[in-house]
Amino acid sequence: MTTATSFVLNGERVVLDIEPATPLLWALRDQLRLTGTKFGCGIGACGACTVVVDGRAQRSCVTPVESVGGHAVTTIEGLGANQLHALQRAWIEHQVPQCGYCQSGMLMAALGLLNEHPDPSDAQIDAQIDNICRCGTYQRARLAIHSAARALQASKQAEKK
Amino acid sequence: MKRRAFLIGGLVVAGGGAALLVGAGRVVSERVGGADALAPSPNTVALNGWVRIGSDGLITVVLSSVEMGQGVSTALPMLVAEELDVPLTMVRTERAPWAPRYGNRTVFGFTWWFHPDDQESWLARRFTQMAQINGALLGVQVTGGSTSVRDAYETLPLAGASARAMLIAAACARWSAQPQDCKTSEGAVVHVSGKRLSYGELALEAAKISVPGAVRPKPARERKLVGTSAPRLDLPGKVTGTAIYAADVRLPGMLFAAVRGCPVPGGSLAHLDATAALSLPGVVRVLAYEGAAGCAPGVAAIAHNSWQAQLAVSACKVDWNEGAQAALSSEQLLDGMRVMLEGEGSGFVFHERGQGAAALESAARLVQADYSAPWLAHATMEPMNCTAQWLSDGSGGRLKLWVPTQAPSFALETAMRVSGLTRERIELVVTQLGGGFGRRLETDFLIPAIALARASAGTPLQVQWSREEDMAHDFYRPAAVCRLRAGLDAQGRVMAWVTRSVSDAVTPQFLARNFPMMATATKYLPDRTQAEGIWDQPYEIPNRRCAHVTYETSVPIGNWRSVGHSHMAFFAESFIDELAHAAGADPLAYRQGLLASHSRHRAVLELATQKAGWGQTLPAGHALGVALHESFDTIVAQVAEVSIEGTRPRVHRVVCALDCGTVIHPDIVAQQVEGSVIFALSACLYGEISYRDGRVQQSNFPDYELVRMRNAPRVETWIIPSDAPPTGVGEPATPPLAPAVANAIFALTGTRLRSLPLRLA
Repeated sequence: MTTATSFVLNGERVVLDIEPATPLLWALRDQLRLTGTKFGCGIGACGACTVVVDGRAQRSCVTPVESVGGHAVTTIEGLGANQLHALQRAWIEHQVPQCGYCQSGMLMAALGLLNEHPDPSDAQIDAQIDNICRCGTYQRARLAIHSAARALQASKQAEKK
Repeated sequence: MKRRAFLIGGLVVAGGGAALLVGAGRVVSERVGGADALAPSPNTVALNGWVRIGSDGLITVVLSSVEMGQGVSTALPMLVAEELDVPLTMVRTERAPWAPRYGNRTVFGFTWWFHPDDQESWLARRFTQMAQINGALLGVQVTGGSTSVRDAYETLPLAGASARAMLIAAACARWSAQPQDCKTSEGAVVHVSGKRLSYGELALEAAKISVPGAVRPKPARERKLVGTSAPRLDLPGKVTGTAIYAADVRLPGMLFAAVRGCPVPGGSLAHLDATAALSLPGVVRVLAYEGAAGCAPGVAAIAHNSWQAQLAVSACKVDWNEGAQAALSSEQLLDGMRVMLEGEGSGFVFHERGQGAAALESAARLVQADYSAPWLAHATMEPMNCTAQWLSDGSGGRLKLWVPTQAPSFALETAMRVSGLTRERIELVVTQLGGGFGRRLETDFLIPAIALARASAGTPLQVQWSREEDMAHDFYRPAAVCRLRAGLDAQGRVMAWVTRSVSDAVTPQFLARNFPMMATATKYLPDRTQAEGIWDQPYEIPNRRCAHVTYETSVPIGNWRSVGHSHMAFFAESFIDELAHAAGADPLAYRQGLLASHSRHRAVLELATQKAGWGQTLPAGHALGVALHESFDTIVAQVAEVSIEGTRPRVHRVVCALDCGTVIHPDIVAQQVEGSVIFALSACLYGEISYRDGRVQQSNFPDYELVRMRNAPRVETWIIPSDAPPTGVGEPATPPLAPAVANAIFALTGTRLRSLPLRLA
């Protein structure tokens, strides 16, 4: 039985006529045709499908779409929609991706981390970035998270002045 | 490095101009091709089979390799951009058409089993060339064997240099000038007088011009771009989610399918009850499909989204005929393989020197150990998938496929065979690959997509495998066991090296799946990948014998990053370490002593150990282990710094040195080293696929764990400067990791772990 589910996706209100238990991942990929968010395991174990809901990283393959009703969802398509986000710039500066398949999820997990810890320690990165990257881009992703954190802090400082 | 001059006079006029091409460069010159080698495309002009110039001045380079993260879509265009004196940002890439010139020739050079010490002999060189000429005839587009840069290294610079010569000639015709008064810079021909014409302005005229005389690519010392770490061209799309993988293809009216293959190798479908599945929301159809190309027979559900399809296929009530392998057990297979370690006969001897095994009898001391390694899954991040559309046009139909493949030629061959359509009626689109590692050399994942598309009359269908299907229907790295014996003299020097390894063979299985007509023939040819990494060691041991026994199993096996080297290096480099300790020697010094006339190997070993601080004080509870291994003609040494946390080894740092010849892009080399180390570490610490009652026991990441951020070591890459031709990079940093870690564990604990994954109790 489909019902109308409404939420804010990348800053715009969307209304989906969908079975409420459908994982957000498939609502995004198949119904809304936003394919930047990837399928990796279907059980929340790999993080390829990570999106940000109300500022927190969440695995969309185990998130029923009804649970985001009324909430704000950000996907990779919404990250730096106008100009590249500091994380994306840092990702390019450190040449992080290889095959790139897990990187949308890795970036969204990093966004969630920086929302919570604007200047994360290595231990906080280890604890929260639990995504699998089969190409082994971890050390570059770590450096890029630190770079992006510094860049965001610096631009905040500049705004204050 | 020796430079070759390539005559390409008459190339354009004669449309190949073979008659005017002479000497060793002929094969390469023909491969470059003329301006007619590429089909026209709007607003561009082709100057040869690899280079187009746009009216906007942008350069398009044809890619015969597939991008799967290893950086070919950056490294290969660099070779052309260098010759044309254009920044890499002015270069685009397009996929190669089907012409034979785009076939990988280098990969066929790995047909034989010459010892690396003999590789420069005339016989080995000629045999390798013969295999490569076969490759040129076959024209097989395949990305594997760490060959992409090597295979392009003569062709693409020549394609760039000849395009440049044509552009200069066109400018000279306009100006009535002489070529020696012209140079190229930033995408334009510039005359000494300061006159300037952009490539975009010259392209049309250039394509009509015949280039007189010899064309030479730039000598290494004049290169400005090659050897630098230019930003990768594929990354902007990969940080914005806009890069398109096969699973991201979205077409009007597209439906989504999920599959369930027979879980037991060789089994078949007995009965399908789809009643419950068909009653679920969104389900359009449920049907069974036949197995082919290594794909198990199975059932599929088609629905309006992937989730509905997955629920429906799970709701299918299916009975399988489990067949002869219903009791398949990996434990039993390993026991059977261990039995084969006994005895001397029945193996294929890949290598023998001196007195061979007989030398053991005169040794002062014998050292013997048995090692083993399990089956492994590839677990690419993008699970297997394929999108297909079968359009009826009244005369048998047309098939369009979107395929994440490492081997477009194999995919096309399988598509032709199972569809019954001719090559002209199949369009194959290769997308970005969410990881390859050898898994996507296979063509099994096309099978359900083609079957479902055929049954769906024009509707485009995307078939997405679940992670569980992907893991249960892989072509695994074969398990192997090995007995190593060494004879030491009174001083502890190793005089004899005798190995007997046992495993199934990948190549006959692979060929039987993808080229059934070759199924029987290949069974009689030795498969060098079975024991590569153990018979091709550089150590100067006077008496050697390396034999391998093929143990046929029903477990589907395939090419897993670095193939035979992935486990044979663990056996060989752990055992060398055992010998060092048996001799009471430092593992580094012991290896150096066995490499007196292998200066390149010594240099790599010494660079890695020096950068790692070998012999210096470490934090308490930490130890170093070293391993040296050559594969894909690249020499790699790694030093792992390890401690024990609880019952698990923790790898803090891996220092890697390598000699891979000329480096096109140093940072891509570093990326491949980092990736290989993490890939190998997952196998070293966790990796194991096992069968019980005919079924794979692992299904998803909780029970097939991989290294994550929290346990990823720091990886350092040190490259030996070289002007030799490039050698492999994508795989060679995989094999030495496991023995380096195991050797560090021994240094730390005194426990020698001889079985992968490494488990301390």
